Amino acid sequence: MTASPLLAVRDLRVLIGGRHILHGVDLDVAPQGVTALLGRNGAGKTTTVRGVLGLVPRTGSVLLDGEETVGLPTHTLVRRGIGYAPEDRGIFAGLTVAENLRLAERRGADGPAYGLVHELFPELKRREKQSAGTLSGGQQQMVAIGRTLLNGNRLIIADEPTKGLAPKVVTEVAQVLERAAEAVPVLLVEQNLAVVRRLARHCVVLADGRTAHQGEADGLLGDAEATRRLLGVGRGPLAPFTAEADS
Amino acid sequence: MSTATTPAPAAVSTAPEHGRTRLLRWWPAAVLALLVVAPWSALPLPGLLDGPVGSPGSLQLLATCLLFGALATGYDLLLGRTGLLSFGHALYFAAGSYATNMFLLEAGLPFAAAAVLGVCFGAALALVLGSVSLRVTGIGFSMVTLAFAQAGSILVSRDPGGFTGGEEGRAAPAELLPSWLVGIDHTANLYWIALAYLVLTLAVVHRAVRSPTGRVWEGIKENERRVEVLGLKPYGFKLTAFVLAGALAAVGGLVHLLLTGGSTPQTTTSDFTLSLLVMVVLGGTGTRWGPMVGGILYTWADHRLGDLAGSGAVADLPAVLRVPLSQPLFLLGVLFVAVVHLLPGGLARLPSRLRRTREENR
Amino acid sequence: MSTIVLLTMTGLGLGALYFLVASGLSLIFGLMDVLNFAHGALLSIGAYGTWWAASGRLPGAGPGGWGFALAVLFGTAVGTLAAVVLELAVVRPLYTRPREQVLATVGVGLAVPALLSGVWGSDARTFPGPEALSGTFALLGADVPVNRLVLVAAAVVVLVALRLFLGRTRHGLVVRAGVEDRAMVTALGIDVRKAFTLVFAIGGCAAALGGALGGLYFGSVDPRQGTSLLIFAFVVVVTGGMGSVTGAAVAAVVIGLVQQFANYYTAAGLGDLAVVVLLAALLLVRPRGLTGRLA
Repeated sequence: MTASPLLAVRDLRVLIGGRHILHGVDLDVAPQGVTALLGRNGAGKTTTVRGVLGLVPRTGSVLLDGEETVGLPTHTLVRRGIGYAPEDRGIFAGLTVAENLRLAERRGADGPAYGLVHELFPELKRREKQSAGTLSGGQQQMVAIGRTLLNGNRLIIADEPTKGLAPKVVTEVAQVLERAAEAVPVLLVEQNLAVVRRLARHCVVLADGRTAHQGEADGLLGDAEATRRLLGVGRGPLAPFTAEADS
Repeated sequence: MSTATTPAPAAVSTAPEHGRTRLLRWWPAAVLALLVVAPWSALPLPGLLDGPVGSPGSLQLLATCLLFGALATGYDLLLGRTGLLSFGHALYFAAGSYATNMFLLEAGLPFAAAAVLGVCFGAALALVLGSVSLRVTGIGFSMVTLAFAQAGSILVSRDPGGFTGGEEGRAAPAELLPSWLVGIDHTANLYWIALAYLVLTLAVVHRAVRSPTGRVWEGIKENERRVEVLGLKPYGFKLTAFVLAGALAAVGGLVHLLLTGGSTPQTTTSDFTLSLLVMVVLGGTGTRWGPMVGGILYTWADHRLGDLAGSGAVADLPAVLRVPLSQPLFLLGVLFVAVVHLLPGGLARLPSRLRRTREENR
Repeated sequence: MSTIVLLTMTGLGLGALYFLVASGLSLIFGLMDVLNFAHGALLSIGAYGTWWAASGRLPGAGPGGWGFALAVLFGTAVGTLAAVVLELAVVRPLYTRPREQVLATVGVGLAVPALLSGVWGSDARTFPGPEALSGTFALLGADVPVNRLVLVAAAVVVLVALRLFLGRTRHGLVVRAGVEDRAMVTALGIDVRKAFTLVFAIGGCAAALGGALGGLYFGSVDPRQGTSLLIFAFVVVVTGGMGSVTGAAVAAVVIGLVQQFANYYTAAGLGDLAVVVLLAALLLVRPRGLTGRLA
């Protein structure tokens, strides 16, 4: 990585209920494209993301564009230009689709980019008045990603956006992320290696709450032995793009 | 690694200190001995007590303090040891008092039988209501216990069938009580009973929290989910704590009946439970001595502040000072909020906090 | 028939009072997971503020006409202010310790009534009110006290205002979303703590208004009034579903009516008992009833 990272995480530690979940995570998010955050279940991927956002108490250093953000409350940090689509999608079930999006609006120079969101997800325009709790999983994920695209963010963090979705929707979500990443860098937590292979330029692998590997995505995924060792997959050919089971 | 290096310098300094700490460990016994002989003492403690220690008035106040110290210790079995925030503990205390009184007055049983049955009634009530209340968790549990206690309070104040005496309460029949428990001349006996109740409660709680069950309680308090993951059912353990605390409270009710010569509806109110809560938090939840210290201090302060409010010294003060000083509950409420904010862990954690500050400043 | 009408109107008046306390309690719990034990104290502050102003101590305020309206306004304002102070000074510093937040409100709930009885005595004080509101009106052959109607009208106004606020404003949107998932609201860049202060202000305002008008209903104020109403407000909140304003309204009416009728037609006090047992029963049947949705 030649250009200085957009997000630089150093020695991130998270302690919950007297137990260390993270023991010192280092990661860089490149200023362009998708950086994938990988690791087996329980490696600390989601906790890393939540730690970066200050949703769990954390220590260490998290630099966004060179500015320290540890110590800032989550809402202030997010207002500096982070769009976040959490693991469970974070949809407000009792609110309508339009209200879910309106909640994410932030005062910015250009105003909310509803044009872009509705172009990428025409479905959301049609279902504006529908209660978000009655949407399908894929539609909810569209709301979650739509929220991250609404504001002129500097960074998008998406935590397992394809989890539990039908193969066709996985492709759709991946396409949207690919397009979003042309404009904004994305930190993508993902289990579906086919999606990673297609989108990510860089990747960071966590194991037991620590950074185990950091580098070019092609380099790691091209090396079957390293993939197996770090991610516990790779016996035989990599899982095909569509055959992602909920692992 | 670090353990290998520390003993060398430490060993030198601990050699003389070792004997001292061993002696220091016996301080509860020394305090107990002092408390046992207190009724024979004519020592005046001006400011702390009105008369000499051995006078009936002082003994009555001391006994009340010990009683509430014990009650708070028992309540902490729920709050500080198992993490259960019950708003209905007053019910089991009142049950012990009223039930014993009923067995004496209505059934005409001899005192010993009435006392045993009264305590059993309180424990049984805790078993029944606890088994129901514990089906919900968190703040839901708090509210169910509050509801049951409130129901009990309403029942007592409505005086069904003239059993409870309504707002007046009901005096215990002096003629049915053993003569050595009645009258101002025997206050010392009542004092010893209160002291015995405190020792009993401390011993029971101490044993219980060190038993295997106690360790599960601690686990439940820290993280109930994790206890479930270990294959244990928290429900039974929580019920055990609830019934044990309820039974201890019922014994307390019995002691209170003797000490005050009757049952009063004030002991059924949610305010009564809230004051227990204040005592425990004040002293320090989940500590061995904290709840007892909190209970004793609270009761003493409540009495002394009440006396202070009625005294001439306060009546002459300007209204800004007089009004708050004349309301013990106001002062205690404010003190409670202050402790919650400024002193997490209560008085019991104060020494270690001070020590840490001192070491940091060194 | 006239008895039934009177009981119904009284029950509705009581229900209106419960709603004024419970709506704020429900919003606060729904959003912050804090069961506010000081909520009864807020009602008492509103009641005493109104009583103080209406007894002629506040220039312009008095027991009759617009003077009384001003007194109610004053009492409500004092209660709202007290609620904001409570949130900022007592609850907010304990943001990361939810149980201590509840404990701190318990302390305030003990201290405030004690302070009130210290200042104005522990006995009940006669509550002044305008002539027009102290009379009765004929309804289906019953003489119904006007103050019942005042309470019901106030509760309806508060309900409509709350629904408009929650449904039509951005702050209302934040509150509704916060009831569902507080952390996610923060993760969208919204300072949810502002919403905390807001719901405390709203809850305090409604409760203080309840206190001001409750004085008319009871004819007197005493320091323990708020606390004794609080437990019934808890029943309403749980019955209606935590965080649901409409649920609280429906539950308040049901509880108020049940209590009145049961107290009249069975032994006195049985209605109170029935309602309290209902709370326990509901929680046991529907433990999830605690986490309601806003509607």
